[in-house]
Amino acid sequence: MISQNLTHRHRVAILFHGFCFMVSWTGVVILGILLFHVTGEGLHWLDLQFLNDFPSRFPEKAGIKSALFGTVWLISLTALISIPLGVGAAIYLEEYAPKNAFTRFIDLNISNLAGVPSIVYGMLGLVIFVRWFNFDRSVLAGSMTMSLLILPIIIIASRESLRGVPNTIRQAAFALGATRWQTIYSHVLPASLPGILTGFILALSRSIGETAPLIMIGALTYVAFVPEGPMDEFAALPIQIFNWASRPQQEFHELAAAGILVLLIVLLLMNSVAVFIRHRLEKKNQ
Amino acid sequence: MMPNVMEKALPKNKEERKISTVLQAKDLTISYNKTVAVNNISISLPERKITAIIGPSGCGKSTLLRSFNRMNDFVPGANLKGQVMYRGTDLYGRDVDPVEVRRKIGMVFQKPNPFPKSIFENVSWGPLINGFRKDIHERVEQSLRRAALWDEVKDRLNNSALTLSGGQQQRLCMARALAMEPEVILMDEPCSALDPVSTAHIEDLMFELKQNHTIIIVTHNMQQASRVSKFTAFFDAGNLIEFGETQNIFTLPQHKRTEDYVTGRFG
Amino acid sequence: MNSSSKTEIRSRLPLETNVFQNRQAKNWREEVIKTVLLFCALISVLTTFAIVFILAQETGVFFKDVSVLDFLFGTQWTPLLEPRSFGVLPLVCGTVLIVVGAGSLALPIGLATAIYLSEYASTRVRSLLKPILEVLAGIPTIVYGYFALTFITPLLKTFFPKIQTFNAASASLVVGIMILPMVASLCDNAFRAVPDSLRQGAYAVGATQYEVTTGVVIPSALSGVMAAFVLALSRAIGETMAVTLAAGATAKLTMDPFVSIQTMTAYIVQVSLGDTPAGTIAYQTIFAVSALLFIITLCMNIISHRLLHRFREVYE
Repeated sequence: MISQNLTHRHRVAILFHGFCFMVSWTGVVILGILLFHVTGEGLHWLDLQFLNDFPSRFPEKAGIKSALFGTVWLISLTALISIPLGVGAAIYLEEYAPKNAFTRFIDLNISNLAGVPSIVYGMLGLVIFVRWFNFDRSVLAGSMTMSLLILPIIIIASRESLRGVPNTIRQAAFALGATRWQTIYSHVLPASLPGILTGFILALSRSIGETAPLIMIGALTYVAFVPEGPMDEFAALPIQIFNWASRPQQEFHELAAAGILVLLIVLLLMNSVAVFIRHRLEKKNQ
Repeated sequence: MMPNVMEKALPKNKEERKISTVLQAKDLTISYNKTVAVNNISISLPERKITAIIGPSGCGKSTLLRSFNRMNDFVPGANLKGQVMYRGTDLYGRDVDPVEVRRKIGMVFQKPNPFPKSIFENVSWGPLINGFRKDIHERVEQSLRRAALWDEVKDRLNNSALTLSGGQQQRLCMARALAMEPEVILMDEPCSALDPVSTAHIEDLMFELKQNHTIIIVTHNMQQASRVSKFTAFFDAGNLIEFGETQNIFTLPQHKRTEDYVTGRFG
Repeated sequence: MNSSSKTEIRSRLPLETNVFQNRQAKNWREEVIKTVLLFCALISVLTTFAIVFILAQETGVFFKDVSVLDFLFGTQWTPLLEPRSFGVLPLVCGTVLIVVGAGSLALPIGLATAIYLSEYASTRVRSLLKPILEVLAGIPTIVYGYFALTFITPLLKTFFPKIQTFNAASASLVVGIMILPMVASLCDNAFRAVPDSLRQGAYAVGATQYEVTTGVVIPSALSGVMAAFVLALSRAIGETMAVTLAAGATAKLTMDPFVSIQTMTAYIVQVSLGDTPAGTIAYQTIFAVSALLFIITLCMNIISHRLLHRFREVYE
C-alpha cells in the first residue's frame, strides 16, 4: 500500500527549512560586510576639511564640496521637474483616462520605460538636452535627464497610491456636485499623499546614485567651483566617487570610500525624512 | 515520531468494527489566544455513519472539525486542552505525527480548492508524495469513480482542474481526499458554495461513501443535515448542547435551545 | 401644500440661472486641467519615441558603413583603433558572462529567500528582513562597483591567484548581490498571491511543509516567479557602473571569468569618457550598441510583463 517513509520526509522538510533560513540571511551578511568594509576604508578621511574642499591631485587636499553641492542642485531641480509631471501623469491615468487602447498604450510605454537601462537615458539626455536644446553640460540638462529616468517610477508608485483610495470617497464628492478636479484636489490627493511621497522619495534616492547618465551628459570631476545657476556646469557625488575609484592609488580608493559614506548618509537622511513625513501624514489622515 | 502508532490503533477483527467509536473528543477546549471557541466538550462519533454538526455561525463547529485532523495547528495562537482520540490514540500525543493523522482523516473544504494542476495530478499528488508505489492510474480512476466524476472527465484528465465547474471541482476535491483512502472524511460545509443540483450530487455521494468511510459534516443547512445524517450534534457558542440520532434532534429535541434552533427561531 | 411654500419654490428660479453660469466657467477650467494632465501622461510616449528616434537615426548612419551581419556576428571589436573591426559579439559575450554569473547567484538565493519570507518567517522576522533587503536594493550601483574592485577581487585573488585585477567574476558576483533583493521581493509577492486555501488543501492530504511549498505553492506561482527572474536579468544586462569599474575594458570573446572583459554598457561609458567627436564612426558605435542594448532589454521586459499578466489573471 503506502510505504512508511515519514521519517525521511520529515528530515527533508527540516533540512529545507534550515536551508531557506540560512540563505535568507546571506543578503544581510553581505550588506554588513559591505558597510563594514566601506567604513573601514573611508572613515578616517571623513572630516570637515573633506566636506569643504574641492578635488585635487593630492589626496590630502582633496574634498567633496563641489560634488556635494552639485548633487544637491541636481536633486532639487530633478524634484521640481519630476514631481508635477509624474503625479500629473498618474492622476490623468487613474482618474481621467478612459479604458481604451490608447490608454493601454501609454501604460505599456510607462512599464517599458521603467526597465530601460539608465545609460540609454544618458544617450537621450546627451542628444536632446545637451545638443538639440543647447543646454550643454549644465545642471538643467542633468536634472531633465534624471527626471525622465525616474518618471516611470514616480508614475507607477503614485498610481498605486491613488488606486488605494476607496471609490466611495469619490462617489460621495460627486454626489455633492463637485467636479472631478475638485474631488481629486480636495479628497483623493490628500488621502494618497503618503504613498505618493514615499514613491517619490524612493525614486529620488535612486536618482542620487545614478552615475551613467551623468557621465553621458558630461558632468565634470575636476570642478573647483559650486554651481550658481541651473545653466552652470556641475559635478556630482557618484561621478566623483567613480573618478577616485578608477585611480590606481590606494589613497584615492580610500577617498572614494569616504565619498560613498557621504552618499550613503545623504540617502539615509532622505529616507528618514520620507518615513517621518509619511508617519505624520498617516496620523493626520486617521 | 513513531510512524507505526497509527497502524496499531486499527482494530484487528471484524467483530470489533460493529458500531464502534472511531473519533472521540474528551473534555476538549480550544481557544484562539484568549477567546474560547470550543468549550469543554466530550463527544463520541460512530464509525461508518454520517454525523452532522449543526449550529449558528461562529459557534465553534469548524474549529471542532479541524481539530480532528490537526488543521488547527496552522492557526497562530490556537491552544488545545483535552484529548482527541482516534481509535484509542490521542491525536495530540507527543508521538503522533500530524502528517500521518491527515492521511487517515481526510478533509473537504467549504470552497472548492483544487490545485492549479491537471485533473489527474490533483488526485495523484497526495498518494505519490506519501510513497504510493503501485499503479497510480488505477488509484486515480478508482477515486474519480467513487466521487462520481470519472465519466465527465475521463477524456480530459490532462486538462487543468480549473476548467471544471464549481460542482465538479468540489467532487474533484472529494476524489483527491478519497485517493488517500482515509478512514474518516471531514466535510466543512461542502455544499455552501454550490448550486442545488451539485449539492444533490454530493449528498448522493455521501450515502455511497458511508459504507466504507465515517463522514462528519459541518453544515448550516438543516434540511441537508436531516436528509443525510444518522446522528446530529447541535453546538451553540462553543458548547455541545445536544447529541443524538438525527430524527430525535429534529422532532423531539430535549433542550429548548436545540428546539429554538431547529425550528428556526434563531441562527 | 400651502401658498407660502409655493412662493418659496418660485423665488428659487433666478438663483438657478446664476448657478448655470458658474457651471460653464467650471467646465472650461476642468478642460484645461485635464489637458495639462494628459500632456504629463504623454511625456512617457514622447520619451519612448525620442529614444527610438535618436537610436535609429545614428544607427542608420552607422549601418551605411558597416554591414548589419558584420556587426551582429563579427567576433572582433576594435572600433577605436586600426585595423577597425565592428563585430559586437565580444561585448555581448561580456554582458552574457556577467549576467549568467549574476543570475546563478541571485536567482536561487533570491528564490529561497522569498520562500523563507512567505512560507516560514514569522511576522516579526519578516518585518526585520524585508527592510534590510530594501536597503540592499537601494544602495547605488557605484558602491557595488567599488566593493567589487576593492574587496571581492582581492578576496578572489587569495583563492585563485591567477585572476586578473579586472575580471568578470567579481563584477558578476556584485551584480548578483544587486539584483538579489529584486528577485526576493518579486517572488515573495508572487507566493503571497497564492491563496491560502490551496496550502490547506495540500496539508489536508498529508503533506509536509516542504512538499506543500515545492509541490503546490511554487508551481502555482510559477509564471510570477519567471517574470521576476526575467526582470532581474534584464536589470543585470543594463547594469553599468559596477562592470565599468570592476570588469575591465578589453572586449574579448571568452568564457573565462578570471580575465578582463568588456560589456556593452561599459563600452558606452568608455567612449563617453574619452574625446570622441560627434560624426565619427566611433561616436556612432555607441548608438549602435545602445540600440542593441535597448532592443534586448525591451524584449525581456515585454516577456516579463506577459508572464506577470498571465499570473495575475489566475489570482486576481
